[in-house]
Amino acid sequence: MIKVENLHKTYGKNEVLKGISTEIKEKEVIAVIGPSGSGKSTFLRCINRLEEPTSGDITVDGTVITEKNVMKVRENLGMVFQHFHLFPHKTVLENLIYAPVKVKGISKEEAIKEAENLLEKVGLLEKRDEYPNRLSGGQKQRVAIARALAMNPTVMLFDEPTSALDPEMVKEVLAVMKDLAESGMTMIIVTHEMGFAKEVADRILFLEDGKLVEDSTPEEFFTSPKSERAKEFLDKVL
Amino acid sequence: MFDFTSVIPSIPYILEGIGITLQIVIFATIIGVVLGILLALCKIGTIWPLKWFAEFYTSIFRGTPLVLQLMIMYYAMPQILGFNIEVMPAAIIAFGLNSAAYISEIIRAGINAVDKGQQEAAKALGIPYAKMMRDIILPQAMKNIMPSLMNEFITLNKESAIVTVIGALDIMRRAYVVGGATFRYLEPLLIAGVIYYVMTLVLTFLGKMIEKRMRRSD
Ligand SMILES: Nc1ncnc2c1ncn2[C@@H]1O[C@H](COP(=O)(O)OP(=O)(O)OP(=O)(O)O)[C@@H](O)[C@H]1O
Ligand SMILES: [Mg+2]
Repeated sequence: MIKVENLHKTYGKNEVLKGISTEIKEKEVIAVIGPSGSGKSTFLRCINRLEEPTSGDITVDGTVITEKNVMKVRENLGMVFQHFHLFPHKTVLENLIYAPVKVKGISKEEAIKEAENLLEKVGLLEKRDEYPNRLSGGQKQRVAIARALAMNPTVMLFDEPTSALDPEMVKEVLAVMKDLAESGMTMIIVTHEMGFAKEVADRILFLEDGKLVEDSTPEEFFTSPKSERAKEFLDKVL
Repeated sequence: MFDFTSVIPSIPYILEGIGITLQIVIFATIIGVVLGILLALCKIGTIWPLKWFAEFYTSIFRGTPLVLQLMIMYYAMPQILGFNIEVMPAAIIAFGLNSAAYISEIIRAGINAVDKGQQEAAKALGIPYAKMMRDIILPQAMKNIMPSLMNEFITLNKESAIVTVIGALDIMRRAYVVGGATFRYLEPLLIAGVIYYVMTLVLTFLGKMIEKRMRRSD
């Protein structure tokens, strides 16, 4: 479903991604783990071209992403950010229906119906007409997930979706993500939530200094990591 | 020293100038805002000829006297165009073009102050640039822009008094005319001053009201 081939990204003289190759199959849930500054966000953002790769190809559903088709491909790649980035001047419902109506050209009635379904799923139907700044962090992030899902994407990308949340709100967001994983969504999740990664992910990608150091199942990764780097990292965080 | 008796009959005449002044200021602001948005979009865009043009435009209009721009528009343009421009269109266009330069800077700053994450979220949803600007970024930028824009409007309202040099019958010109007719300048000029001051107070008050309304979604 997604194929990453020899992905490089350089900022000025700073080589942040040093040739990453991997393949993600349909319905797979991938957790991307690694120390701060190892390039996790950059890796994720190269997939939907929020960052332009310096070299390397990314293929989504069989099409190589180029400058030209990126807008179309993005419709199939939902993204959830650490800081939510909801549109503050739009209500929750308006946040959800804007892109389906204005980008995909779905009728407003249909978009509203779908949005209400999604809000129900993330447990926020009663917040439908609120403005985002009236919501808690956890609620904002659940709305942000629903907004991305409203485009009916084939893959969901998460960049540390719970890192900006108060501890008591982390759970509700992870629960929504777990539901999503169980419903068969293909997901790539950059996270520091080791417990969640262990429980929900099918595969762990361990990044260190711009390189994909380890690509293994959660059991392998958490019980007997192959690399010294991963061992050191796990000692620190667990 | 003061003798208002001879000017009192002329007060309605001076007050009529409010209409002229407001007409110039309102239309000039409309031109200024529309052109200012376009210039600001050129400045923050990546198409360098447009960027260069917008920067050049701004520096020219900010770097030369408004009175000069006004006189060129009214007295010199006919030489290029081959026909005369009426006083009002000349004043409106000159002020409009001039304030576009200032307003474009206000709008650029307003757009830059919007959280970069908003653009990223819009991009990630596949929202095209024009729609993103129109529906996501500019409405949020408006909140940052509104106070400075209101300031610009008030400044323009006062500065518009220089249209008197091309003979537009605004508040200022009328006060001057009355002074010339009665040989008493102090009283009509004071009346003009009071009118401008009251207008500034009213506009400031309106500006505060608008800002309050815009802050509702917070
Ligand atoms: N826009 C940019 N310009 C220059 N350098 C950048 C830019 N974005 C990221 N970097 C650099 O790239 C490196 C990797 O950043 P990245 O955000 O991908 O790391 P990360 O693994 O997501 O870290 P964290 O866990 O802290 O989020 C860092 O050294 C960072 O300073
Ligand atoms: Mg990161």
